[in-house]
Amino acid sequence: MNKICPSLEAALSDIPDGASIMIGGFGDAGVPFQMVDALIAQGAKDLTIISNNAGTGSEGIAALIKLGRVKKIVCSFPRQADSKAFDERYLSGELVLDLVPQGNLAERIRAAGAGIGAFFTPTAYGTLLAEGKETREINGRHYVLEYPISADYAFIKAYKGDALGNLVYHKTARNFGPVMATAAKCTIAQVSEVVAVGDLDPETVVTPGIFVKRVVEVKPTPTHG
Amino acid sequence: MSQDIQRLTRRELAERIANDIPDGSYANLGIGAPTEVADCLPEGVTIILHTENGLLGMGPKPPPGEEDIDLMNAGKQYVTALPGAAYFHHADSFAMMRGGHLDYCVLGAYQVSVTGDLANWHTGAKDAIPAVGGAMDLAIGAKSVFVMMDLLTKKGVSKLVERCSSPLTGIGCVRRVYTDHATFDITPAGVVAHDLVPGLSFEALEKICGLKLLRKD
Repeated sequence: MNKICPSLEAALSDIPDGASIMIGGFGDAGVPFQMVDALIAQGAKDLTIISNNAGTGSEGIAALIKLGRVKKIVCSFPRQADSKAFDERYLSGELVLDLVPQGNLAERIRAAGAGIGAFFTPTAYGTLLAEGKETREINGRHYVLEYPISADYAFIKAYKGDALGNLVYHKTARNFGPVMATAAKCTIAQVSEVVAVGDLDPETVVTPGIFVKRVVEVKPTPTHG
Repeated sequence: MSQDIQRLTRRELAERIANDIPDGSYANLGIGAPTEVADCLPEGVTIILHTENGLLGMGPKPPPGEEDIDLMNAGKQYVTALPGAAYFHHADSFAMMRGGHLDYCVLGAYQVSVTGDLANWHTGAKDAIPAVGGAMDLAIGAKSVFVMMDLLTKKGVSKLVERCSSPLTGIGCVRRVYTDHATFDITPAGVVAHDLVPGLSFEALEKICGLKLLRKD
């Protein structure tokens, strides 16, 4: 078994138009910028992107949005000081936003990966973000029914990975990576370093290889870790 | 009248909150003003700070030149990890909130109602771009939700209200509201005002808020 891909280009070659893609990261930490650049070059369009933020500046998801390649984004915090690409497309109605509380986003992705059909959570009960959703009172507390979020692909960034797809992460760049890895049909990990099978301590593997289909080594840069 | 009221500075407000978080607590400080509470925690106490992007044991910002792009807080500012810190993924991080493990959180607010409803994620303006982040999870998850805010808007309208007009973040979730005028405890009997700043009478505070308040004890 060898999940190592020789290049990002090779790893992303089969992504079709209309694909749903989870992209890890919180702020800039853990965003697989180079993989998003490769997606831009690859050309797929009409994408649904699932990510905590909607990109800032002119890089990563912001660049994808600016080029008009995203039809829908599922995220918790699109509005930021420098989220111009999102703001413009959203306000002009060209981009559909599904705003999800951050904990629901994480848990709905986790649920998809764990085969859970739906779950009740108190988050957002009584708010605009729970409008029209099924609710239930359980032991005196109010809950909202939430469904899993899965995707065709997950793009995640890890620190080290091996040919079996085992991954470890770096500090707060871990964020959504381990949960997204479980919830996509095809998880592609960009790792700073590919190590030999057996080099990662099994006690400290964070994402077991079963959740990962492809691994690509991308050397870190000063600005993109 | 108002020039005689010695309102608290943001720093003094942060100090007031920091002194009320007990030794041994796990706490999450929201984006913006609440972040300043971290700088005011008293010496000799152990309060473990949680940041929802996956770190328990968050430390202060690093010295210049030692910033790590992979180590930041929920406000996307560079931070450090203290000895004994732990990293974890987002679902675990939010389980810490949603599962009721976190003792305290401190959040900013547009409005808080007398029954503890919180509005802090959306101004309600039609053309506003919404963003919710972890606010709704913190609101329902932390064992005690503290709000840190100015009592009045820039136009002089009380943000402590009978009923929130801005979209809600959570219902009945706020326990205490720290403001530059006074501190307010949300209780089943009503709103208890205490620690009024010098120059502010109880009656004047009620008038400013437009609410019937309760005195402590």
